Amino acid sequence: MEAAEDVFAGCVGGEGELIPILQRVQQKEGYISEKSVRQIARFLKVSENQVYGVASFYSQFRFVAPGRHSIRVCLGTACHVRGGQILLEAVQREVGVAPGQTSADGRFDLQRVACLGCCALAPVVQVDEDIHSRVTVLGLKEILRAYE
Amino acid sequence: MASCGRAAGAGEVLAAVKQALNDEKLQARLVQTGCIGPCYLEPLLDVQLPGQARVSYGNVTPEMAKRIVVQGLRTGQLPSHHAVGHFGDGEAPVSPSLPRFFDLPMLKPQVRIVLKNCGFIDPDDIEHYLANDGYAGLMRAFEMGPEGVLREVKEAGLRGRGGAGFPTYKKWEVCRNSPGKVKYLICNADEGDPGAFMNRSLLESDPHAVLEGMVIAAYAIGATQGYIYIRAEYPLAVRRLRHALAQMRASGFLGTDIQGSGFSFDITVKEGAGAFVCGEETALIASIEGKRGMPRSRPPYPAVSGLHGMPTIINNVETLGTLPHIMRNGAAWYRQYGTEGNYGTKTFSLVGKVRRSGLIEVPLGTTLRRIIFDIGGGTRKPFKAVQTGGPSGGCLSAEFLDTPIDYESLTAAGSIMGSGGLIVMDEDTCVVDVARYFLDFTQKESCGKCSPCRVGSRHLVEILERIVAGRGEPEDLTRLEALGETIRRGSLCGLGQTAPNPVLTTLRYFRQEYLAHVKEKYCPATVCRELIEYRVIPEKCTGCQRCVSVCPTGAITGPRAEPHNLDPSKCIKCRACYEICRFDAIAGDAIIIRSRRKMSDEHAHRQELR
Repeated sequence: MEAAEDVFAGCVGGEGELIPILQRVQQKEGYISEKSVRQIARFLKVSENQVYGVASFYSQFRFVAPGRHSIRVCLGTACHVRGGQILLEAVQREVGVAPGQTSADGRFDLQRVACLGCCALAPVVQVDEDIHSRVTVLGLKEILRAYE
Repeated sequence: MASCGRAAGAGEVLAAVKQALNDEKLQARLVQTGCIGPCYLEPLLDVQLPGQARVSYGNVTPEMAKRIVVQGLRTGQLPSHHAVGHFGDGEAPVSPSLPRFFDLPMLKPQVRIVLKNCGFIDPDDIEHYLANDGYAGLMRAFEMGPEGVLREVKEAGLRGRGGAGFPTYKKWEVCRNSPGKVKYLICNADEGDPGAFMNRSLLESDPHAVLEGMVIAAYAIGATQGYIYIRAEYPLAVRRLRHALAQMRASGFLGTDIQGSGFSFDITVKEGAGAFVCGEETALIASIEGKRGMPRSRPPYPAVSGLHGMPTIINNVETLGTLPHIMRNGAAWYRQYGTEGNYGTKTFSLVGKVRRSGLIEVPLGTTLRRIIFDIGGGTRKPFKAVQTGGPSGGCLSAEFLDTPIDYESLTAAGSIMGSGGLIVMDEDTCVVDVARYFLDFTQKESCGKCSPCRVGSRHLVEILERIVAGRGEPEDLTRLEALGETIRRGSLCGLGQTAPNPVLTTLRYFRQEYLAHVKEKYCPATVCRELIEYRVIPEKCTGCQRCVSVCPTGAITGPRAEPHNLDPSKCIKCRACYEICRFDAIAGDAIIIRSRRKMSDEHAHRQELR
């Protein structure tokens, strides 16, 4: 985190700023590194444990560097009923990583999410900013091919 | 252009229309609106020619969009193909038989109050909102004074639209009368329920309605600072809210001395970080304070001691979105909708195995049958159950179809209203699997503070996993019930107290299905993968090799033009062959039950012995 000023800009060092700061760090670097945990702890004058404690509680934060593209498989109820779990397994097979990990070639990282709110078009898979609806195991290969 | 529309391809349609207008040098005003509700018709494109009624087209592709726009603007006659309805009372422009959009079977039984503007106005333009009586409710609130607002909301009989339906005015009154230097108002836009998207749609389609409601509520309770706690998974809603807030400040609807009323109030957007438990009031407050989102025991209730120890009101998006309408039209007007004690309307996200899925709004007291069959068009395969209230709710069987949807009736049936997700299930859905799914969800989302929830839900999942894997035993059913009851009574917050609901209701209404799993090792819905097998139907298989090419484990083999072989020991049940087969040779009827096959094998064996 070279430009720490960016992340801490406008912050006064209150406890309530921890989550927004973590969000900014993740937006900037893609994940929460050990180094940034140290810097956040120093800035907010809290222990590193507390920073980890909060960050690891919320599913949004990750601690490994993301891939060039991020795949999020929705496992909301509507998606589950329409085969979301089978899709997740298919993605795992295609990309070769488990949820929370990044592929060795750095192309994709994979996450499972609770609900993307596109339930009427289930099952859905999000790659980067694009939400793909009514995805099938076969359509998935086609979709992933577009992200190099 | 809400998230669903975008997922269905509205972005490509918009680009195609822009391109067509540009290429053909045509003049038109292009407006992006939010979600009008019938997601099954997405992407939708509406066109209005001068002097004609607006026409809506459904399931539009970029090519179609181009054709509709070019032909319409060139000839003054819109094409009839793919037109689904028109707006207004005038003559139908495309063909005499084109129905009014709101006369479509999905829309006719609905009453749209909260969703009134959704799909009509540009959510990014405050002028559109103002032109539709926006902020008139707030101005009336200022005329009435805080006590007057409280009285109006009390008379309207508004109850919280986020869960158990606590009377809104009561909560407000406590907060108003609690001493505190500052008071806070929080809009809970976390909407963690999987399968629910009402709040997201409203925020994306009509953000000012919710924000106006926040200012009204803050005025009534005397709050000076507001927060809107919203899921980070809803980036479009976050963007639109921030934009709307800036417009409000510029127009004097937010900040110091709002519209010369002497009342000052400001709103900050707080993005949630993905924790279902933060839908619970005290957990949400902890999260805003920058801590782990863990609930604490109540009392004191947040209305007395909440954020930073100050009196705090947390209202759901829909509750706040209803307020401007009540203030504008009065309590008596609002009470004409709904039933005794359950006044007004409720939005639902109608999803799952229903034909016409989408976002709907109906008066409270409407029956499940009317919602699922008249509005939703029913299911393709026979109806089995409907899950209401998300992971905290329950699965209701067909015998409850005539139950009116209101807070008390749903509670009596063992479910809850919740925020309003309705997930429809047909015969192809396994209720044991659904129960396992919900428990797995709550177990993962448990904050871990109290052991009934943390340990108990884990055990429930383990038992359910055994059952769906065919390793369950009849005693497991009583174990589930006893454990569920303990968790319900012993948990600290609503998450734990309601966590066993999906198991308890399915056990009550679908016991036969559990018994089939534990006794016969048989999944009637052919969902539980340990209990099913895929195979090739030789009579139907043409030997086209499509399935061979997609099978990831090489389980399917076979010479071209002859029925293929599927080796069950290699099959990982990924369903790829099932999806690609053009001849239904690996279709649903090919799924067979292991124990059944064993039984029939034994039967054949016995026959041979005779």
